[in-house]
Amino acid sequence: MIPEAETELARIVAGLNGPVSIVGGGTRGATGSAPALDMSRLSGIHLYEPGALTLVAAAGTSLAEVESALDAEGQRLAFEPMDHRVLLGTRGEPTIGGVVAANVSGPRRVQAGACRDFLLGVRFVDGRGTVIKNGGRVMKNVTGYDLVKLMAGSWGTLGVLSEVSLKVLPKPEMGITLVWHGCGWTAASKVLCAALASPFEITGAARLPQRNRSPTSKSKTVIRIEGFEDSVKYRVGRLLELFADLKPDRIVTDSDENEAIWSAVRDVTPFRNAVGNVWKTSVKPTDMPLVTGKWEFEHVVDWGGGLIWTLAPEGVDLRLALGGIQGHVSLVRASRDDFERFGRFQPQDETLIRIAHGIRARFDPQGRFNPGLMG
Amino acid sequence: MEMPAPDPKILERKPQLLARLRTVLPDDALIHDISETRAYECDALTAYRCPPMVAVLPASTQEVSDVLRICHEEGVPVVPRGSGTSLAGGALPTEDSVILGVARMNDVLETDYDNRIIRVQSGRTNLSVSGAVEERGFFYAPDPSSQLACAIAGNIAMNSGGAHCLKYGVTTNNLLGVTMVMMDGTVVEIGGAHLDAGGLDLLGVICGSEGQLGVVTEATLRILHKPEGARPVLIGFDDNAVAGQCVSDIIKSGILPVAIEFMDRLCIQACENFAHAGYPDCEALLIVEVEGSQAEIDHQLAKIIEIARRHNPVELRESGSAEESAKIWLGRKSAFGAMGQLNDYMCLDGTIPVSELPMVLRRIGEMSKEYGLPVGNVFHAGDGNMHPLILFDANKQGDLEKCEAFGADILRLCVDAGGCLTGEHGVGIEKRDLMLHQYNSEDLETQMAVKDVFDPQWLLNPAKVFPLGSSAQRRSA
Ligand SMILES: Cc1cc2nc3c(=O)[nH]c(=O)nc-3n(C[C@H](O)[C@H](O)[C@H](O)COP(=O)(O)OP(=O)(O)OC[C@H]3O[C@@H](n4cnc5c(N)ncnc54)[C@H](O)[C@@H]3O)c2cc1C
Repeated sequence: MIPEAETELARIVAGLNGPVSIVGGGTRGATGSAPALDMSRLSGIHLYEPGALTLVAAAGTSLAEVESALDAEGQRLAFEPMDHRVLLGTRGEPTIGGVVAANVSGPRRVQAGACRDFLLGVRFVDGRGTVIKNGGRVMKNVTGYDLVKLMAGSWGTLGVLSEVSLKVLPKPEMGITLVWHGCGWTAASKVLCAALASPFEITGAARLPQRNRSPTSKSKTVIRIEGFEDSVKYRVGRLLELFADLKPDRIVTDSDENEAIWSAVRDVTPFRNAVGNVWKTSVKPTDMPLVTGKWEFEHVVDWGGGLIWTLAPEGVDLRLALGGIQGHVSLVRASRDDFERFGRFQPQDETLIRIAHGIRARFDPQGRFNPGLMG
Repeated sequence: MEMPAPDPKILERKPQLLARLRTVLPDDALIHDISETRAYECDALTAYRCPPMVAVLPASTQEVSDVLRICHEEGVPVVPRGSGTSLAGGALPTEDSVILGVARMNDVLETDYDNRIIRVQSGRTNLSVSGAVEERGFFYAPDPSSQLACAIAGNIAMNSGGAHCLKYGVTTNNLLGVTMVMMDGTVVEIGGAHLDAGGLDLLGVICGSEGQLGVVTEATLRILHKPEGARPVLIGFDDNAVAGQCVSDIIKSGILPVAIEFMDRLCIQACENFAHAGYPDCEALLIVEVEGSQAEIDHQLAKIIEIARRHNPVELRESGSAEESAKIWLGRKSAFGAMGQLNDYMCLDGTIPVSELPMVLRRIGEMSKEYGLPVGNVFHAGDGNMHPLILFDANKQGDLEKCEAFGADILRLCVDAGGCLTGEHGVGIEKRDLMLHQYNSEDLETQMAVKDVFDPQWLLNPAKVFPLGSSAQRRSA
C-alpha cells in the first residue's frame, strides 16, 4: 500500500480488513510486523512562506527536502530533530510525518521547544478512513480542541498523518560552544542548570561521555549560544563572568566542530555501534546526578540534565532503578526479547491509561493502526 | 446567542444538592442565594448573563473532587471559573448549573530556580505568578493584557496568549504539568517538572479545552530569567499594505522581536486622544520591541530601522529611555480603554496568515461601510492575531445584532483567508455557532469524541465550544 494522494490514503484505510504498520522512512525503529502502509509517496511541500515563518508539507515529504527548502531561505526547524539512523542503524529516508508522529526533538528543545510546540496544524485519516483536520497554518489558534498536540507523539496510533504545518525559524548567524572537560555528574549538573537559569538564551546544554572509557579522553560538558555575531560574543563574555570560578576548558567557534559536537548530542553518536540496550530517561534536570550516579553505565545527557540516554547491558531493567525519582523511562534500542520483556514505554497511571485507550478506541475503533505500539 | 433551556428536574433537586454539598464544603464556600449568585452571572462577555443555581468556592483539590463527585452523581452541569475575564463567554453559567470557582486556591506550592519551574494552585492570577519569582529576576512569559486579573486556570483553559508570545509562545508552550479533577471526582496528575510524560500528549489537549475535560487545580509552569533589557521602536506608515510588508521583511531578516504590534488609523487617533502618547497622524503604526543587553538591542533595532527605512515610513521613533519606551507602549496598552471612550465595542480575535493582512484590512474597511459601524484594528502583527474592535451603541435598538453579524462576517473572512476564528480568546459561546465554518462535522465529531472520554455524561461546561446542534444528542443523553 503506497498512497500518492490523501484521497487514495483515505480509500485504502476505509477498505482495510486488518491492521497496518504506518511507515514513513522506517528510520525510527517503531515499524511493526503488520503489512506496511508506505507513506513515502504522499510527498511535496504545499506551501512555504518565509515571511510568515510557516511551511506546510505532505506527511511523506522527506525531512531532507524540507530542510533544504528552509536552508535556501536561511531558515530551519528549530526543534532540531534527531536522526535515529545513527543510533538504531536503520536505513531509509526520514519523513516529516515521522518526525511529527514521534515528536522528535533535539538539544534546542530547552530553549525553542519540542516538535509539538512548532506544529501548527495536521490533516490525518482516522481508523474509519475519514479525513480529519485540526489547527491550521497560523501561529495562534485556539479554535476548538488542540488535537494537533495530541497527534504529535502519538506514533501513528490515532490516525495516519497526511499533512502537517509547521512554524519555522531563522537560522542564527553563528554559534559558539563552551566546553568543560572531565566534570563529574554533580559538577556538570551545576554548570548546565546555572547556564540555563541565566538570561543568555542557551540553546544547548549537554554532556558527552569520555570516548570508550579511554583514559586519554575526557567527558565534555557543553553549552551552546547562538544568534547574531555581536550578541553571541557578548553573551559568551557574560557567561565567562558567570563561570569565573569554573572556567570552561575550550571555546569552540569553528562551525564544523560545533556541528560535530551538537550532532553527537542530538543523534547520541557515542552509542552508535556500542553493544547493549539504549534507554531514554526524562527527569527533572537537577535529578540527573541521582540517576546517572546510580548506574555504572555510560550516559549521554541532554536538555540540561532533563534527558539521559543510557547504554545498559541486555536484560537489565533500568526502570527498577529509578526508585522514587519522578520521571519517565523508555526503551529505545534493544533486542526483540528485551522489547517484549520491558516494553517500549513505561506504564502510566491507571486513569491516564484508561483515557488513552478511550481516545484510541474512538479514533481507530477497529485497532487498525500500529497495533502493539504505545500499549 | 442561544443557551439550552434549564432542566426542571435539576432545579427541583436544588435542596438535595445543597444538603450534599454542605457535607463537603464550609458554609462560606457555598453560595446559593440569588442576591449572591448574581456575582457569577457573566464573564467579560457581558452581553450574556444568567445567574447559576449554585456557586462553590473550594479551597483544595480534595474539595474540588468532592464537589464534582456529588454533581456527577446528581447529574448537575458544572461550569469551572477562574477570574471571569473570558471574552468568549467561556464561564457563562446556565440556570441549572453549578459554578465552580477556583479563586480561593491561589498559593504558590513550589518555586525551583535550578529547574526553572513554579508550581501554583490554579486560581492564582497570571501577574502574581511572575510576582512570586520576580525578586530572583525570573518571570512567567505568557502575558495576556488581562494579566492583573485573569487566573492561570483560565489561561490554561483558553490557552491564552499575550503581546510577547511571538518569542515566548502561548500558555501551552509554557505549561509542564497539571493536577486535574475529572467530572467523576478522580484526581489525575499529568506531566510535571520532567519534559516527557510518556504516552499520549494529554496535557496538550487539556490546554485550550475551555473547562470541558476536567477542573485544573494545580499547574507546573516554566519560568525564565528576565532578559537584561527591552526597547521598542515606533514606525508609522501611510499605507496598511506597506506596514504589512515591513512586518514580513523584519521577520524574514532573521530578527525575532518579542512583540510586533499593529494599529490602524481609527485606533491610533482614539489612543492619541485618550492617552496623549504622541502618536503620529498616519494610516498604520507598528510598535516593534526587541530584548537583550544594550548592545544587542542597539544591533537589532539598527537592523529593524534599516528595513523600515526601505519602506519610507512617515515616522520612525526609537526609544531613548525608559520613559520614552513607556510612552510608546502607553497608547497601545490603553487601546481597549480608548475605544471604549468612543462607544461600546465588540473585540474580535481571528488570526490570519501575515501575508493576507492588506487584503483582510481592506475587506474589513469595505464591510464597515456596508454595515455602517466603525472598526478599529489593533493586533499582534507578528503572528497574524487580529483584534478588530467594532464600535456600536448598546442602547440603540438592533445595533448589537448588527454588530454581531458584522463580527461573524469578519471571522468568516479570517477563516477564508487561511486563518482561524480565534487566536487567543477561545470559542466559548461567542464563536460556537461559527465552528462549522472552520471545521466540518467530522472534524468536530473527532473533537467531541475526546470529551466523551473525559466526561461521558457531558456535564462539564457542556453548552460551549461546539454548535448546540452538533452537541445536542450528547448533552441530552
Ligand atoms: C481587558 C481584557 C484583555 C484581555 N486580553 C487578553 C490577551 O491579551 N490575551 C488572551 O489570551 N486573552 C485575553 N483576555 C481574555 C481572558 O482574560 C483570558 O481568556 C483568560 O485566560 C481568562 O482567565 P480567567 O481566569 O478570567 O478565566 P474565566 O473567564 O473564569 O474562564 C475562562 C474559561 O476557563 C474555564 N476554566 C476556568 N477555571 C478553570 C479550571 N480550574 N479548570 C478548567 N477550566 C477552567 C472556564 O470554564 C472558561 O471556559 C482579555 C480579557 C479582557 C477582559
